Parts: sequence; C-alpha cells; structure tokens
Amino acid sequence: MTESLKLSPLDAIHRALGASFTDFAGWDMPVRYSSDLAEHHAVRTAAGIFDLSHMAEIYMVGPGAGAAIDFALSGTLSNIPLGRAKYSLLLNDEGCILDDLVVYRTGDEEFLVVANAGNRFVAVEAIRERARGFECVVRDDSDTVALVAIQGPNSFDILDNIDGLEVDGLAELGYYRCLSATFRGTAVLIGRTGYTGEDGFEIYIPATDAAELWRAATDAGETRGLQACGLACRDTLRLEAGMPLYGHELNTFLKPVQVNAARAVDQTKDNFVGRDGVMAGVSAGAAVLVGLQSDGKRAGRADYAVQSNGRTIGTVTSGALSPTLGYPIAFALVEPDFAELGKVVDIDVRGTAIPATVVSLPFYSRKARA
Amino acid sequence: MSIPAELQYTSEHEWVRIDGDLAVVGITQYAADALGDIVYVDLPKVGRAITAGSVVGEAESTKSVGELFAPVSGDIVEANQSVVDSPELVNSDPYGTGWLFSVRVSSLGDLISADAYAALIAE
Repeated sequence: MTESLKLSPLDAIHRALGASFTDFAGWDMPVRYSSDLAEHHAVRTAAGIFDLSHMAEIYMVGPGAGAAIDFALSGTLSNIPLGRAKYSLLLNDEGCILDDLVVYRTGDEEFLVVANAGNRFVAVEAIRERARGFECVVRDDSDTVALVAIQGPNSFDILDNIDGLEVDGLAELGYYRCLSATFRGTAVLIGRTGYTGEDGFEIYIPATDAAELWRAATDAGETRGLQACGLACRDTLRLEAGMPLYGHELNTFLKPVQVNAARAVDQTKDNFVGRDGVMAGVSAGAAVLVGLQSDGKRAGRADYAVQSNGRTIGTVTSGALSPTLGYPIAFALVEPDFAELGKVVDIDVRGTAIPATVVSLPFYSRKARA
Repeated sequence: MSIPAELQYTSEHEWVRIDGDLAVVGITQYAADALGDIVYVDLPKVGRAITAGSVVGEAESTKSVGELFAPVSGDIVEANQSVVDSPELVNSDPYGTGWLFSVRVSSLGDLISADAYAALIAE
C-alpha cells in the first residue's frame, strides 16, 4: 500500500471485516469483503451497506447560491424545493462533461453537491471559479463528511431500526428526496438516493461519527440480510441499472446528448457554463452510448472493440457477466448508424467475435422484476 | 492464505501437483481471491500440446480476466469439466475440486516451492 492513499474514517472496520482493498481515486477502499457475487445478490434480494466516504461533498451557501449553481451546472437547480435531489452535470466551456453529480437542496440558501472522488478538485475549483461574483460561498467538506449507503429492498426496514437514528417521515420519503435527521445527537442528512437500481438510502454524517453509525446499522441489519458491500459489486449493480460511471461512459470529450444525459441539461437557461457548446450540438458521426446484450458467458470489457463485419465501429466502456440476469451486458460508444435497438454487432473479446444486440436501458429494473 | 507445502508453484500464481509424468494444474487461492468470483473458465482441449509459459486459457471474474499459463510442457490429458460448469469451484476449493487441467509432462517449466511462493506473494 502506498502511503499517500487516503483512508476512510471506516478503515479500521473494513480491516476487521477482512476486506480486500483497491486504490480508488487515491483512496484505499474496500473492493470486496468476501464475494462480489454474494454482495451483489444481497443488494438485489435483501440489503447491502457501502462505505462511500471517498465521494466529494461540496456545499454552496448564500443568498446567491441558487443563481450560482444554475450558472455552474447543467440543470436548473435553483427551483428545486427543499428536500429534493437532482442529477446534474458539470460541463466545460465546450459543453463536454467534467463530472456528473447529485445535488441536494439542503436549505433555502444551501445546496449540497456530491461529486465523484476522482473529480473532487476539478469540481471544487470549477464551482469556486463559477460562483465568483455571486453571493455564494463554496465549501469543500469532503474530508470531514463520511457517506454510508444502505441499498436493497430491506433498507427501509433497517434504517427504521437503527438504534439512535431519530428521523421523522422516513416512510414517506420519496425517491430522490432527502431530509435532515439526527444520529445520537449528531445532525445527518438522509437521501433516498443510490447507485444500485434498488430502493435505498445514503446517509451523510460527520466522519467522526461514521464508525458508530456503521456499527448501529449492521446491528439493525443482522436479522435483515444486510451484507457489507465493496466497490466491485457497486460497479456491477450500477451497470445492470444502466447508470454511467465517470471515466467510462462519461468524460471530457463527450457531450450529454451522446450519453443519454440531455435530460440533465436545461437548454432554456439564459446562461450557464457549457451552454454554447451544448447548443452547437455534435458532428454527424459522433459516437453515442448504447446498451449491449450477448448470449453465453463471455463478457466484453472496457476498451474492447465493437465491430460490424470486421470493421471497428465503437468501443466497450463497461461490461460484465450480469450477476442478476445471467448473461453478458455492456455499455459501448458506437457510431450512430449502429445505435438502433435490435442492431446486432460483434464485441472483440480477446480475438473472438461475440455477437451482441443493442438493447434498451436499463438492463435491469426492480419495477420490471416485481 | 492456504499454500499447500506438497505442491509446486509458478510466479503466475498457478499450482502444480506432480505425480510421475502427470501434472495436475490449478490457480492458487491467492490468485482466486485476487480475481474475485470466477464466472467463466476457458480451458485447453484434451490432446493439445502446450509449452511452458504460453497462454492456454482464461479465468474471468465479474471484475477482471486472468490468463492461464502452461506451467509445464506436454499434452493435455484432461480438462476439468466441473469447473467449466461451476466456475465458483475455483474460488471455493482451488487446490481440490477447483483444479483446471492435467498434463502428460515432457518437460517442467520454472517451478518454485511453497515457501518461495509464499515469499513471492508477501512482497
């Protein structure tokens, strides 16, 4: 382990649980505790608890926070009501994607912007720069805020039974809503948000109290099938749910319209960073993001070529043998002529052409299963 | 971490059980743990001549792909159909039912002892 890796406030707990670790954006985070597949299935059928303390928490506060965030990000966030969350994008001047984020309205004059760990400094610097001239203070709380996610069909039942968690209205809390609560006297923010495709919650808590919350949650989860889950299963869960991962499906060369993210951009806004680039659109042959499904067990992986009649027409951005569905799934960026649903292409799996069909996203939906 | 003393090992994290001119080959528990849950195994066909050090198959997990190298030279005698049907055996019993293939050995490759292998993965 390199000394420069950052440790989560829950690090000692992970080590006691025997987790395997990986360097994730400079953080030494659990990749799995025992089995990726067992952890994946636990989230689909019962519940999983994740340490996401590497995520970046950036607050925008002040009378001009609404105007500042509307200028800084792709969506209109100033008009979302208190207690709502919204997915948004941080664009560069060219209208390409610097990061994808979840924004929570936490006060009349306060927003919490949650950025990817790998983009923390890019996001903080960009938002600071863009908030200049507005009555808005930008505060990077990433080092002092921990994030614990509990995801899966039993997650409400588990939160309802965490000893010391005082919260009103949790049962009524809708998807992409958030509310303030306390855990043993400490203020926490609970979002009904996640990155797994299941019902679930994300709890933002001061780093100093995170270990106590984790223990209380695992106590409540003991009889409710709660499994400690690492980043490996988080990746297969989000892939099945059709959710993009920055650095794979999203990057600084792609515009939102190429990656099914146009809905996160409000083109009616007068002015925001990236507006001109978005309005300029994309060239005729620009790649678009599609979902691919194959038979058998051999999955395409990131950077594998997508071909048609032996000609390369795209690239896989993420892929795996879907643990829930039992067949290989992948995201790929392909030439627009091959993006139509039902189109059949090949994935070059280390020299073998594996046929794959363009399918609609998400690959997995809990609603469709019910 | 289990590293049975009676087996020989390679730096590619495979184990070899030598019995006369027959070698049974698998991957170590360390390798299986590092790969994560193995979901697909591609093994060399029976009768194929293999050369020590060459790539002869693959083990894929949900997260990554590991190449299988021939630890010895010779001809494939048997490929373990049980792990093709149930790849999770490689994780649950890497030195037993999770063995991969056996070889009629013509020459050994660069094999190391259990102690040397333990030292290698401790690095």
